[in-house]
Amino acid sequence: MNEEIAIPSEKVDALYEQLDQEAEASGYHLNPEREFVRGLVEGLLINEQRYGYRSCPCRLATGDGQKDLDIICPCDYRDADVLEWGNCYCALYVSEQVLRGERKVQPILERRPPEGQRAQELLARPPEPPGEELPPLPVWRCRVCGYLCAREKPPAVCPICKAKQERFERFW
Amino acid sequence: MPESRGCIQGPRDEHRIVFYGLSTCIWCRRTRQYPPLPPPYTGGGRGGGLGVTFEYAYVDLLHEQEQEEVLAQVRRWNPSVSFPTIVVDDVQCVVGYRPEELQEVLGL
Repeated sequence: MNEEIAIPSEKVDALYEQLDQEAEASGYHLNPEREFVRGLVEGLLINEQRYGYRSCPCRLATGDGQKDLDIICPCDYRDADVLEWGNCYCALYVSEQVLRGERKVQPILERRPPEGQRAQELLARPPEPPGEELPPLPVWRCRVCGYLCAREKPPAVCPICKAKQERFERFW
Repeated sequence: MPESRGCIQGPRDEHRIVFYGLSTCIWCRRTRQYPPLPPPYTGGGRGGGLGVTFEYAYVDLLHEQEQEEVLAQVRRWNPSVSFPTIVVDDVQCVVGYRPEELQEVLGL
């Protein structure tokens, strides 16, 4: 699983373009430093070949998609990190201030909880409804961007950040 | 892509330095290349920018058992098991891309 993987540069450029367009369409921004981002995109493509999904290039994936769910890019921690620090953990995504040059990209501390305390490991315990009255429909929350919707099942793709269905958790 | 493990010989070898990283991690790459080469740099450069001798392990390139052994070493120094983790002389550890802190620890 870990043999050498070479990614053709056209593939890196194609995904770069795609991620950039998707980010801008939903109010997110890629890091303006082009070579830096190309390196990260290459890492995403290497991980996709290795594990079958684009896990964060700056975090160690296990190869078990369920365990790695929170670090599949965009990770569950991106929005909070961009808001607090101006960039996500690997610095693929940045805030508007960074984009405008008013803030610098910096290496940040890991927000991901240690093993055993991650959202996907706690899924077995649905939250207790706060009141006695249950809502007429379950409420689902996107763990990537916080989008909420009340319906029988979460959407196949988050309409806001495009995260897949398995990134949703039962909110209520 | 780099080898999974190895040793880089540099002109400075006063310290025993072990670098634990991920081959896909840009911050790991930047740490190894500090001070940075002028753009456009090609990436994956082998020479340690600081000119120090160091051992390295790219944990993502290791196979299961070896990876577990190396992760146990990383965990001892950095329980959050993030990268890069750089252990100096088996007494100090620098976590993340912190070139200034690393230089200070190395007395450079």
